[in-house]
Parts: sequence; C-alpha cells; structure tokens
Amino acid sequence: MRPVSSAKQTRIILIVLPVIALITGFVCVCAGSVAISPADTLAVLHSALTGSPLPENIPASTASILLSVRLPRVLCVALTGASLSICGAAMQGLLKNPLADGSTLGVSTGASLGAALSIAFGLRIPFLPFSAASGMAAVFAFLSLMIIMALAWRMDHTLSTNTIILIGIIYSMFISSILSLVVTFASSRLKQITFWTMGSLSGSSFRNAAVLAAALLICGGILLSLADELNAFAVGENEARSIGVNVRRTRLTVLASVSVLIGISVSIGGSIAFVGLVTPHIVRMITGPNHRKLLPACLFGGAVFLLLADLAARVLLKPLELPVGVVTSFAGAVVFVVIYYRTRKNF
Amino acid sequence: MALLSVNQLNVRYGSFRAVKDVSFGLDGGDWLMLVGPNGAGKSTVLNAVSGGLPFAGSVQLFGRDLRSYRTQELARRMGMLHQSHQITYGFTVREIVELGGYAKKRGPGDSGAGEPEVSVESALRATGLTELADRSVLTLSGGELQRAFLAQLFVQNPGILLLDEPANHLDLVYQKQIFELIRAWLGEPPEAGGESADGSRAVISVVHDLSLARTYGTKALLLCRGETAAIGTISDVFDDTVLNPVYDMDVRQWMSSLYKPWA
Repeated sequence: MRPVSSAKQTRIILIVLPVIALITGFVCVCAGSVAISPADTLAVLHSALTGSPLPENIPASTASILLSVRLPRVLCVALTGASLSICGAAMQGLLKNPLADGSTLGVSTGASLGAALSIAFGLRIPFLPFSAASGMAAVFAFLSLMIIMALAWRMDHTLSTNTIILIGIIYSMFISSILSLVVTFASSRLKQITFWTMGSLSGSSFRNAAVLAAALLICGGILLSLADELNAFAVGENEARSIGVNVRRTRLTVLASVSVLIGISVSIGGSIAFVGLVTPHIVRMITGPNHRKLLPACLFGGAVFLLLADLAARVLLKPLELPVGVVTSFAGAVVFVVIYYRTRKNF
Repeated sequence: MALLSVNQLNVRYGSFRAVKDVSFGLDGGDWLMLVGPNGAGKSTVLNAVSGGLPFAGSVQLFGRDLRSYRTQELARRMGMLHQSHQITYGFTVREIVELGGYAKKRGPGDSGAGEPEVSVESALRATGLTELADRSVLTLSGGELQRAFLAQLFVQNPGILLLDEPANHLDLVYQKQIFELIRAWLGEPPEAGGESADGSRAVISVVHDLSLARTYGTKALLLCRGETAAIGTISDVFDDTVLNPVYDMDVRQWMSSLYKPWA
C-alpha cells in the first residue's frame, strides 16, 4: 500500500488522530449501561473542573457515575491502549518481526502469572498503595524479561532477534502451562484469575490513570527518542550496526522500556491481547513504517482501538459486561487476518 | 598516514582458527580485493575489520585502535555494504538513504541528514534513484535495492568502504553499475562525492569473481585456509605461480578458455 505524502501524514498525526481520540473518549464517557447525554456530561465535567455547583436538573448519581466510574476508566483504557500499542510498534521494529508484541516476548503472560499466583495464594502486601496482584504482575513482567534475556544471552552472545523471539515464545508457552496449573488448583478463585488473563479495566481509579500516565510519559518518551534507531533495526541489525547504531545498548533500552510499560499496564488492566499486535499494522497503512510517524500515531490509534473495544465490552451484552480482552482478541484477530491478507508481504 | 593498518589479525570460532596472523595496510586510493577459495576466511577478515567480530591482534584505523572507536564514530570512518538485504517493512528509498546520516546525528530529533557533506538528493542522483525515491523498497529489484544501500553509504560518507560480495547475485548490468559507482567514488568522485577525494578514501571488498577483482582492484590479499597466501599489487598476486597452488587448478587457462568465445 502506498503511504500518503509526508506533510499530509504529519498533519494527520498531529491534528486528526488526537481529535479522533478525544471524541472517542468523550463518546465512551457518555455511553454505557446508563446513557448520559453529551450536554449533561459536559456540564458535569465543567462543574468538576471549575468547582462550580452542579446544574439542578442533573442528579448527583449521574455525576458520581461519570466522575468516579466512567472517567477514570476511560482514561485508563486510553492510556493502556496507547501504552500497549507503542510497545508493540517498538518491538515489531526492534525485532524486525511484524508478529512481535508483549505476548510474543512472554512479558504479558509472565505478568498474568504473577497476578494469578498472588490471587491463588491470597497474598497481601501491607502498607502499599496497590494490590498484591498488581505488584506481582509488574514484578513478574520485569522478571520474565530478565529470564528471557539471560537465556538468550547464554545461547547467543550477540542477542540476535531470532533467539529472543524463539525463547520468548517457548517461555510464553511454559508460563501458560503453569498458569493453567494454578487455575486448576485455585478453582475457587477462577473468576478473579480470569480477570487477569482476559484483561478488564472495569475497576480503574484515577490513581491507576496517574500511574499509567507517568509510566507512558517516561517509557514512551524513551521509545519516541529512539525512532531513528528503531528505523535502522527495522531495516536490519547488520545494516543498523554499519550506519553507527549501538545495537546492544539500543536493544536493551527498548526492551527494558517496553517491559516496564507492559508490566504496569498488565498490573492495572490484566493481559489484554492483540492491541499491541494489531494497532501498529493498522497505523502503518496510513503512516508507512517510519517510526518517527508510526510511534506517535500508535499512541492515539491504540487509545482509540481500546476505547472502542472497551465500549463494546460494556454495552454489547448489557447489563452483562465482557472482559475487554475477549473483545480485543475477537476483533483483533479478524482485523489482523484481513490486513495480513490484503497487504500480503507489504507491512 | 595509512588509512588502515592491520597487524597479526587472528579470529577464532570456538577452537577453530578462522584467520591466522593476517597483516595488511591500506592507503588512500587503494581498492584491496580479498580473494581465495571458499572457507579461506575472506568474509571473516572483513567482519573483524568492521568491528563486528572479536579478534586478536591490532587494527589501526586512521592511526587509532579500532576498539577505541564508539559505534557512531566508527561509522563516520568506515561503512559496510552487505551482500544482500532481507526487507520486511516498506520504507521508501529516500528513508533508507536518509539513514546514512545517522552517524552524524548528535541527539534524538536530529536526523543528521540536515547538512551532511553529501546530500540525500545528490546521493540519489549519483545512483540513478531520483525517480524511485518515493517507492517502497519492497518493490525494488535486487540491483535497485543494492544501489539504495550504496546511496545510503554515500550519505554516510566514510573514508573506507567495506564490501562483502556487493554484486554477487546481481544481473550483469547492475554488477557493472555497482562496481563503476564504487570506482568513481574512490577515484574521481561523482557528484555524490562533492569535493575531490584527494586520496582519503579506500575500499576493501570480498570478491569471488577473479576477473572483477583483477579489473577493479589495485591491491589483493590472497587467503587460503585462514592464512595469507600472497599480498601485494594486483599483478603480484594474479600470477600463475601464486594463484594455481591456492586454487589447485590452472586459473589462467580456465579464465582464458571462459573468455575466448567473447573475443
């Protein structure tokens, strides 16, 4: 597919995509099991921001649904979508593999196992602002990366991308089997564990959103600053080295940023599949593979994708709510096959 | 000052000694051909000199130990054209060529291609790719792709070019283009070169085809099982008494019989 001209692309990324993300976010705040009119939503937001009293025609329950349930959730969904997508794009470039994402590296699966273990054993960490499951998920995400990198290093000192992917996939399968084992023995807590393996952002708070925003600001910022290096890696590791890229340092920096960001995302929303894999593919059709455009576009594209998936999860079977991971897997798999089929080899 | 001086280079793969005590030097204007039968260690020498393989011995690049260079600094001195490229993503030709400016980049956000000595446009022109600049590299032929990476090297503008069988799998017409472009870069610089090269450039290439090596080289290093069989000017090395024992055949007779029908 032919990407559109460069100036036009920059316009799309800098103006159109954020606007679309904002509109989608607003729609998601309004919609839900209780639909709230856009005007009422605006009025509530206005009063919350300025501290002015609520208009009399709006019940306090509406304001409380908006401010303490929907708004933090929508913020968390958008930030998670953005985080997972920029991570997916960075890994697909770094490993020069269009199938790479958090689950390929085993980072997401590792994080899920951490959460599942803490639930199964009823772990509690006193005096900490987050649940044991969240903490364990983030720790396990990072541990997973360390284990994969250590194994890859032992097998092949150049840390070639093939070795990393191979070990990531095997690690991921191994961890999945342990996860199944944990589920078998802790069947009484099956529902809670399923929440982590399927992914859901239903209980999100403003504190979660703040943590996600901080992680995205730091790790996402690092990834954005490495756009040229990622371009070089996406052309080839040898080619990257000969134009002067410090390949080992770049690889470690990208993988560390990605695992921290995915670990924190999973610790809040569980393991949400396919977002990191599919978003970069959709976005690449507009921007082309250049990471200077691809990475920022993935931030907004990923936010929109997950916002829509979360909206579907909330309203499709209302009042029943689906885990968002079910929606992303379903939609993502279909979209991925369509894109793959249409573009064949042209990523 | 020699651009490159290699002393007692040794490379091991585990317990296997792939390169044994190889020494050579490179002056401005030299095109050194690494020749020898399969498994002689030609590519290993090239990779070690490029900094891509651990080695024992000394390699001095522009009077400084190769190992003391940072990667970006090294890329300003030395660039490598690989034999072939596995392309996964549809970057445009221009994006590939622009990456050559990376070595001069100072920090994130600085593309480095802002004011390089060799502009992206002139590199594209020199390699005849101006028309193809906005095409996806996935749609290029092997020869066009190799020219795109050569244009990238022109932008990178290093003193020494390392070439690993740069035209091995290419059609004759592309083979000729690549070799002529490199000769022009080395000698009278094309428009890509900007000012005169004034003997500050040199090329090392691994070449299987002895005719190409003989035609384009100024020096040759003949390797055999990792050891130096001969080193010197082209006429020194391309001598029956030197070549025949290494290749275990009458090279001149075979080459003449190959080219006789064309005469």
